[in-house]
Amino acid sequence: MRVVVDLTKCQGYGQCVFAAPDVFRMPHHETLMYELDPDETKRDQVLRAAAACPVRALLLDEEITERQEKASAGNPDIGRIVIVGASLAGLRAAATLRREGYAGALTLIGDEPGEPYDRPPLSKQVLSGQIAAADTMLPRRDELDAEWIRGVAAVGLDLAARQVRLADGRAVGYDRLLIATGVRARPWPDPQEAALDGVSVLRSRQDAAELRRRLASGPRVLVIGGGFTGSEIASVCRELDLPVTVAERGPAPLVGALGGVVGRIAADMQRENGVDLRCGVTVTALEGDRDGRLRRARLSDGSVLDVDLAVAALGAVRNVEWLDGSGLAAGAWGVGCDAGCRAFDVNGIVCDDVFVAGDVARFPHPVYGYQFLTLEHWGNAVSQAHVAAHNMISPSGRLRPHLSLPVFWSAQFGVNIKSVGVPTFADEVAIVQGSVEERRFVAVYGHRGRITAAVTFDEAMWLDFYRDLIERAAPFPPDFAMVGRSAPPRAVPAEIPARIPAIHDATVVVTGHNPDERRATLVSAGAK
Amino acid sequence: MTTTYETFLDYANRADPYPLFPQLRRTPVARQPDGSYVVSTYREIVALLHDPRVSSDLRNLPEIANIRIAPDDAAPQLPPEFIRRDPPDHDRLRAMVMKHFGPPGAPGRVAGMESRMREIITELIDGLAGRSRIDVVDDFAYPLPVTVICEMLGVPRPDEPLFHKWSQIAVETNDPTTGTIVERNRRRFETLAKLGQYLDGLADAHQREPGDDLLSALVTDGEMARPDVLSTAALLLIAGHETTVNLIANGMLTLLRHPHVLERLRQDPGYAVNVVEELLRYEPPIHMPGPRRTALADIEIAGTTIPQGSVIVLVLASGNRDPARFADPDRFDPDRRDNQHLGFGGGIHYCFGAPLARLETRLALTELTRRLVEPRLVADPPPYRHTPNLRGPLHLLLDIDGIRSAHSASTQ
Repeated sequence: MRVVVDLTKCQGYGQCVFAAPDVFRMPHHETLMYELDPDETKRDQVLRAAAACPVRALLLDEEITERQEKASAGNPDIGRIVIVGASLAGLRAAATLRREGYAGALTLIGDEPGEPYDRPPLSKQVLSGQIAAADTMLPRRDELDAEWIRGVAAVGLDLAARQVRLADGRAVGYDRLLIATGVRARPWPDPQEAALDGVSVLRSRQDAAELRRRLASGPRVLVIGGGFTGSEIASVCRELDLPVTVAERGPAPLVGALGGVVGRIAADMQRENGVDLRCGVTVTALEGDRDGRLRRARLSDGSVLDVDLAVAALGAVRNVEWLDGSGLAAGAWGVGCDAGCRAFDVNGIVCDDVFVAGDVARFPHPVYGYQFLTLEHWGNAVSQAHVAAHNMISPSGRLRPHLSLPVFWSAQFGVNIKSVGVPTFADEVAIVQGSVEERRFVAVYGHRGRITAAVTFDEAMWLDFYRDLIERAAPFPPDFAMVGRSAPPRAVPAEIPARIPAIHDATVVVTGHNPDERRATLVSAGAK
Repeated sequence: MTTTYETFLDYANRADPYPLFPQLRRTPVARQPDGSYVVSTYREIVALLHDPRVSSDLRNLPEIANIRIAPDDAAPQLPPEFIRRDPPDHDRLRAMVMKHFGPPGAPGRVAGMESRMREIITELIDGLAGRSRIDVVDDFAYPLPVTVICEMLGVPRPDEPLFHKWSQIAVETNDPTTGTIVERNRRRFETLAKLGQYLDGLADAHQREPGDDLLSALVTDGEMARPDVLSTAALLLIAGHETTVNLIANGMLTLLRHPHVLERLRQDPGYAVNVVEELLRYEPPIHMPGPRRTALADIEIAGTTIPQGSVIVLVLASGNRDPARFADPDRFDPDRRDNQHLGFGGGIHYCFGAPLARLETRLALTELTRRLVEPRLVADPPPYRHTPNLRGPLHLLLDIDGIRSAHSASTQ
């Protein structure tokens, strides 16, 4: 049977471990590791665990999506819905469509062969060898009653003809389209070096299986990039007692997502756990031997490392190339859309029949000054897919905005890190509960005197309290008395690095003179 | 004028307090004449369970912090148990016990108790053979959890009459109708001191000759100071046998009031998992947690400001029946989806013994349902225990036509 835990909801009560100790493990305070595909002999245990979860975070495959008989089904104009991208967002959108009563034809198109799988365990349970990469499939939704086109990429979109073109030459027509093509790992920029045996990335199930195979042989590892993926890989290496170096361009790991103050804590955690962490450096070259096997890495500070395995954890590239020339506002920045998930065309006007969700979507968030955000979070894929699917079959008066605050988690070095809000939308940060020394604390982020984010290290039970404060635009720093607080919080600069948004790569020209002729044309959609 | 909450506390409403809840929820956060704030709606209860401005340490109230039981009393006063402490002490103490009870240190311990629980259950039901009238409480729902907690904790079962008395007094001190909060806490301190003295002797014995019980583990691993060991043991002993008894007795009563559910459980023992969760929503063993909470700061909630220093009472049982959260909340429906009930509370003080209670109740209800032949309620409603906090029948008399063999098939 299949099970997946919504770890954005999980607060670490551990009730699943009590009920099913053979399936779920909580090896430290709060981090939850589990089998996604336990065998049938454990079914009763898993059912008990699902029932016992205080926040109902376990999703099982036998849960039948109940169709709402009432709902929005009755739009006769919508007979064909196509979803491009058959991973988490696409799958959840499909389930929502059916649950809300959509009874027409439904097609899911995915370029990966095989059933949709869950990615977060790849950098955790799979790399550490607790579960096989193949055993990460998302719970089944057979009752979706959908046509699946697997292992075939979408290569083009014709907005006027309402058709998706496939790599095998087919064209699939739609009345409503959902774009959920996600991202891929940014490859090592030098193609020859990237081709060396021992240079890899981690994004897909195949990547994870390959990386796991290499880790099992006991290599000396270099992780290039100290973001969440890189840090989790380094954590697994230490768990396996492998020597690992992390090379991070910034002043500390996680600094791009959490700022310098919390980043320094993450740096301490890495070093305490035996990671050879090198910050403020870049990898200038990867060198192989005559057989094309990786042998060493050169760093910008002049040092040379002997390594057998280098993992480029340099972030993501959005899967938008298939939309080149389609007339949508798609590029390196993602696919632009409104808060209702309706795609923008190149003129910045929303389409009524094309929607976007998940990692590839670039949408305005009212809570963050209507800034456009792209979020590579499991939880965002789920909630945005839900909103997109609802809006796809709803009349314009009943559209819902995608307003949920971003939530994500990371398990590394025995600590469960969770975040709510947008920590990079901040000028200051304060530790408000717990103890940094004990690696159990709550950090609250503020922007111009109001709370915009909170990050917990093994303190997930408090996260919802801070979510409510963010939603109420509560003042920063929170200065009221609290349990678990030794001294009044001190706000310090959050040290958020400046970033140049990918949208700056867009080159648009405007043509025409008369008002009814003036049109934008997207000339360059940014570096690929 | 009597407030709805005061009416709810009145013993006259113990058998069926539920009709009062809609009225209670009309004011989600209601100030009482004694200055405390009663919270009765689901959303507000959940928010306050996760609000770090809410303290569980009654020492925040000066009149309670200053209570000292007579210094010449032979039994020394115990420090507050972890459920009456705040982080970081709470987290530290709870983790020290959890190490021997659940993840990460002992993840399989509770699950590993299943076969022993089955033995106890079988013995208890076998003992009913030949009877035509039984008391679910005295004959089953009380002795089962007492035996389990005694064995787990390392407390001799024959001492039960001794600690049962102290335990009952301690539970009663949670009952707001039995005196002011100061009077009740003084009584509680005195009673716990006596229980602590008894446990201290046991702890010495376990230190000399450790068993595989929790008390032995706590005294031998040396992490926890002895006074905290005694408070913790007292807490587990009391909680272990004053709460699950209600869940099992409430469960049997509810099943008999819903014969189609009882029949389905008889046919399908796996159904017990959902039955227990729905019971925890519909007839929870704890209507409101005993340890009162206090506001460390002014808290604005549901249009009310709870001033700093106020006592806060969370009526979990009312939140469980909130129609804003649960469709058709007064219907007992084990098939309910998304049953995110408050039966065990929530947040950092989430019931420590929840896994034990779940397992005991699931096995107990499955076996009672399977083995009792034609069980019939003698009185409906049955007589109730006095306390409104830990609500359950004092006795639950059933007439039965016999006992099926322990080895008979589960379906008839």
